Order: sequence, then C-alpha cells, then structure tokens
Amino acid sequence: MNYIDPHIHMVSRTTDDYETLARMGCVAVSEPAFWAGYDRRTVEGFRDYFFQLTEFESKRAAGYGIQHFTWLCMNAKEAENVSLSREVMSIIPDYLDKPGVLGIGEIGLNKNTRNEMTVFQEHVELALKTNEQILIHTPHLEDKYQGTRMILDVLCADSRIERSRVLVDHVEEHTIRPVLEAGFWAGMTLYPVTKCTPDRAVDMIEVYGPERLMVNSAGDWGPSKPTAVPDFILAMRRRGHAEEVIRTVVYDNPLKFFGQSRHFNFHPRSVRA
Amino acid sequence: MPISGDAREVLDQEMLRIRARLLELGAALDRVERAGPQAVDDPRWEQIRESLETLASERTARTERIQLLFSLPYDPQWQERFSSAL
Repeated sequence: MNYIDPHIHMVSRTTDDYETLARMGCVAVSEPAFWAGYDRRTVEGFRDYFFQLTEFESKRAAGYGIQHFTWLCMNAKEAENVSLSREVMSIIPDYLDKPGVLGIGEIGLNKNTRNEMTVFQEHVELALKTNEQILIHTPHLEDKYQGTRMILDVLCADSRIERSRVLVDHVEEHTIRPVLEAGFWAGMTLYPVTKCTPDRAVDMIEVYGPERLMVNSAGDWGPSKPTAVPDFILAMRRRGHAEEVIRTVVYDNPLKFFGQSRHFNFHPRSVRA
Repeated sequence: MPISGDAREVLDQEMLRIRARLLELGAALDRVERAGPQAVDDPRWEQIRESLETLASERTARTERIQLLFSLPYDPQWQERFSSAL
C-alpha cells in the first residue's frame, strides 16, 4: 500500500532508510524542523539547517521516488533561548516560498516553561501573518498532558486560527480527545517505548474513527523506527480493518491536510512520469 | 469504528500477548525488589501500584487513566502564573 509518513526527521536518517521506505510503499514524507540533539549557538546554524531541509533532503528523497516536504521553526527545546529564537523566527520568511515548505512546525512546548510559551505564541503569530499551516509538537511523558492543555488554551482562545489547518502531534490516549473535539487534526507517533505502539494507535482509531487522524514514525536520531507506519498498516490488517480505512489514515488524510498548504505540489505515483 | 470479532475472539487473539506482558511486568518488578528495599519509598513505586490497581479495575479507559497517573497536573491558571512571574 502506498503511504505518506507525515512526520519523520530524515536529516537524522541514512540514505539506506530512504531505500527501505521506498520498498515499503512510502511515496512522500513531511519533515518538521526539530532539535538536533544539541543546542545550536547561532542563527547561521539554523540557516544551514533550513538549507538542508529545503534543498538537500528533497533531492536525496527524490533518488528513491519519495517526495519530501518540510516545516520550519525554532523547536520547543531550543525555544528556551528566547533571543536566539527571535533571530531564527526573523529568517523563516526567507524560506517559506521554497518548494515543499508546508508551514510552521514543529512548534510547541517541551517542559512547559514561560519562555517556551512565549516563543510558541510568537510562532503562531508568524504563521497567521504569513497564512501558513501549523504543526505542533506536544511534550513528552509526564509533561504531555499539561503541555497539550496549555497549547489548546492558546489556540482555542484565538478566533483567527483555522483549526482545520493545525495538526497537533504526538497525541496519546489522554490527549487525543480534547484535540479532536476542538476541531484540530491529530497525529499519533509510533515509538518503541515512549509514545504509542501500532496496536494502541489502532485502538484509538477504533475508539475515535479515522477522521482527522494520522500516524507517523517521527523517525529521528533517537530510538525510533522509520518503518513504523507499515507496522501500523499490518496491525490494522491483522485486526480485520478494511483497506479503505487504512488508506484513509496513511494516505488520504495526509493528502487532505497537507493539501491546504500552497507548496504541497504532490504527484501521485500513478501519474508520475 | 467497530472492532472485528466478538469479545471471546478478541481475547483468543490477545491472550498469549497479555500473558507474556504480565510475566515481563512481574519479572521487572521482581528485579527492582531483588536490588533492595529502597524502591518502596520512591514515588514512582506508588505510581506503579496505582497503575496495577487500574489494570485490575472493571472500568474501561484503563490506558487513559494510567496515562494520567504518570502525568503532571494541568493548572488552568497557568496564564496568570506566567504573567505574575514577569
């Protein structure tokens, strides 16, 4: 089955992973900007990173027939440094018209601090000013519930925000309901230990239905599995779910959400030259 | 969205995996206790105990309730708190 991984950090993965993804049916990936595992010291470091995201990765992916899309921001972890974050946010408009840029993301919270919230809200303002879609990172582990509720407080209080153009990612059993009930898209991240397993993702599909839900691998430099979406497809099949429901989650939903971005110039595999 | 199969069929499918995971859980708890008595005073031990009670309960949404046991509380006054810290 053709599928789209809506959240994967390919800069941290090898070219061999692109080949494996292609073999598994991956036709497109979307890569949010994130923390590199260390704090960058200058805005020039982010210029280099944004160049890699908007120029280099798309070529590497294309070598395996995979379309690469991306999102730009200062990530939530480095957002603790507000002055550097503001410098980074000031250069983001230079890249928003590059091919394949889908919006601002992944913004959000990490430890739910005041500085992180300041930078999150300034990112939201930037997205509104530039009419970009938003991809949101929700915190890890014990911080997730509190941080998700805080993020929803901000978004739901702002009548300018089109909720159908916002994806709240890394939802789990205790955060999925308020996200969907508020009208946002929700992403489930399939991680070996810290987030959601394929079977638990299937459980949430069974409870909430497939509307406005996506699954992703969030494959990065840490423990993660870039082929987690095919694992989800297999789990859905083993539990007897119809192919059209699976396709809705792993292909049609990403197309529908990303299709609201002006730079989502997707070519289905069936019509590619 | 409906689950495929009735409760007996789903239990048939899940039984061996549930058994395996319970054994893994029991083994991990034994491992911690074999290392010494200190864990009993660790607040995480209480979280584990409450989680096990939740698993054994009859109500649904066990996963959501266990997630909340391992979560920091949400403070609806967080905006006032952040403002006053300025």
